[in-house]
Amino acid sequence: MHYTLLFYETPEEFSHRNDPLKQQDYMAGWAHYVKALRDAGIVVSSSGLYPPETAASLRRQGGEMLVQDGPITETKEQLGGFFVIDVPDLDTALEWASRCPNNAVEVRQNIPPIK
Amino acid sequence: MNAHNAVERTARDCYGRLVAYLAVSWRDLAAAEDALADAFVAALETWPRAGVPDKPEAWLLTAARRRLVDGARRARVHDHAVRSLSVMADEADRFADFDAAFPDERLKMLFLCAHPEIDPSVRTPLMLQTVLGLDAARIASAFVVKPSAMGQRLTRAKAKIRDARLKFELPGTNELPQRLDAVLEAIYAAYGSGWDDVDGVDPRRKGLAEEAIYLGKLLARLMPAEPEVQGLLALMLHCEARRDARRDEKGSYVPLSEQNISLWLRPMMEEAERCLQSAAQAGRIGRFQLEAAIQSVHAQRAWTGRTEWEEIALLYEGLVRFAPTIGALVGRAAAVAEVRGADAGWSLLEAIPNEAVKSYQPYWALAAHLFKRMRKYEEAGDAYSRAIGLSAELSVREFLMRQAGEINRT
Repeated sequence: MHYTLLFYETPEEFSHRNDPLKQQDYMAGWAHYVKALRDAGIVVSSSGLYPPETAASLRRQGGEMLVQDGPITETKEQLGGFFVIDVPDLDTALEWASRCPNNAVEVRQNIPPIK
Repeated sequence: MNAHNAVERTARDCYGRLVAYLAVSWRDLAAAEDALADAFVAALETWPRAGVPDKPEAWLLTAARRRLVDGARRARVHDHAVRSLSVMADEADRFADFDAAFPDERLKMLFLCAHPEIDPSVRTPLMLQTVLGLDAARIASAFVVKPSAMGQRLTRAKAKIRDARLKFELPGTNELPQRLDAVLEAIYAAYGSGWDDVDGVDPRRKGLAEEAIYLGKLLARLMPAEPEVQGLLALMLHCEARRDARRDEKGSYVPLSEQNISLWLRPMMEEAERCLQSAAQAGRIGRFQLEAAIQSVHAQRAWTGRTEWEEIALLYEGLVRFAPTIGALVGRAAAVAEVRGADAGWSLLEAIPNEAVKSYQPYWALAAHLFKRMRKYEEAGDAYSRAIGLSAELSVREFLMRQAGEINRT
């Protein structure tokens, strides 16, 4: 079954990506995690995302599409990337999620494709 | 002592005994738990007004029994249930009237929780809930399971016990060894579930280690002549004795070979040794006695200052014959590497099927260590990366990152 791991990061964690002092550790943590996932042969697809301030959000209001800078919701933790993995059950998906290098991850089951 | 504290203390001291007694008499675990929960609520309402009763357990038992009677009348249960209920009601009155203690049925509960009809993955949670009163949310976090899923599994297991009329009885002699194994497995899973690191100790499950040892001691008191019960207790006590040494003052992970032995708790190690000695008297070796013996050899370092790896390797040979788990195979490879060199250890690791270790962290941590010793730095870097990626614990991840960093400097 396919599950999506959604990694949420704080502004501080996002800032580590470009901080010369923190960048290397930040990237290394993810590199090891990605390697473990890939070597286990369970990755369906994945991507990291540029930080939320680079986002463009669209929202239809009264029939009119409004475009704004930034993410849809202004929460402290924002989506920083995701993995879709193929594992037998939710317990296994949570086990993989528990190994991620950041501090907040949400796990959801994917709806199978409509035939 | 105020009433609220009295309720809490009574709950801690005798929750498991009360649930076990009610469930064994009434043969419906979920109903027994609900009735007892109601009784505790009633105690919180009544005791502050009327004062804490002389025998709080008997008070709770009577209150819970009344709930069961009321519930049964409403549900108009079958005749046989009403009969067993009235027997229990009489008994509860007897315990309330006299100084007699009500019988300890927790051993039957432990065996029921590990019944072959109960899914192995829910046996440990069921024990933690029924014997110790832990809530589903806490159990779920300890085992990294979705809390609502854990709640459903527990509910389903209790429904199964009721609907399949699983026996609240101790297994017969011919069944006993196998059934006891399942009980021991379930208790051990509470002590170190998830992954066992190369040292055979899991530092993550701190929350449940104490509970597991409590269950181990309870089982040892109820079945003192079973060597494997003593073996399991010895194993858990030896691991537990080293808890404080597993982290340095900065909270960093310290592997067994580098631990400061002055931080090991000697009285606990001595208690473990006494368990092992009493197990040996039965003359029946088993998996848990062997695992405890391995930890016992490690513990000798506290007195002799050295680790007898040959002895450990020999014990692992025996363990692999009893229980060829991934943990035992990796442990054996680590011991053999100490005795006969990294190459010999690696050939044992290499023989383990790839599929079995793709998400098993200790395998990759040991592989990385052995490659480094063999000066195969590229393979070592690769294995370190996988071990780091598979570590759920920050301090272990940082430890491995430091180890990996040493390759680049050599």
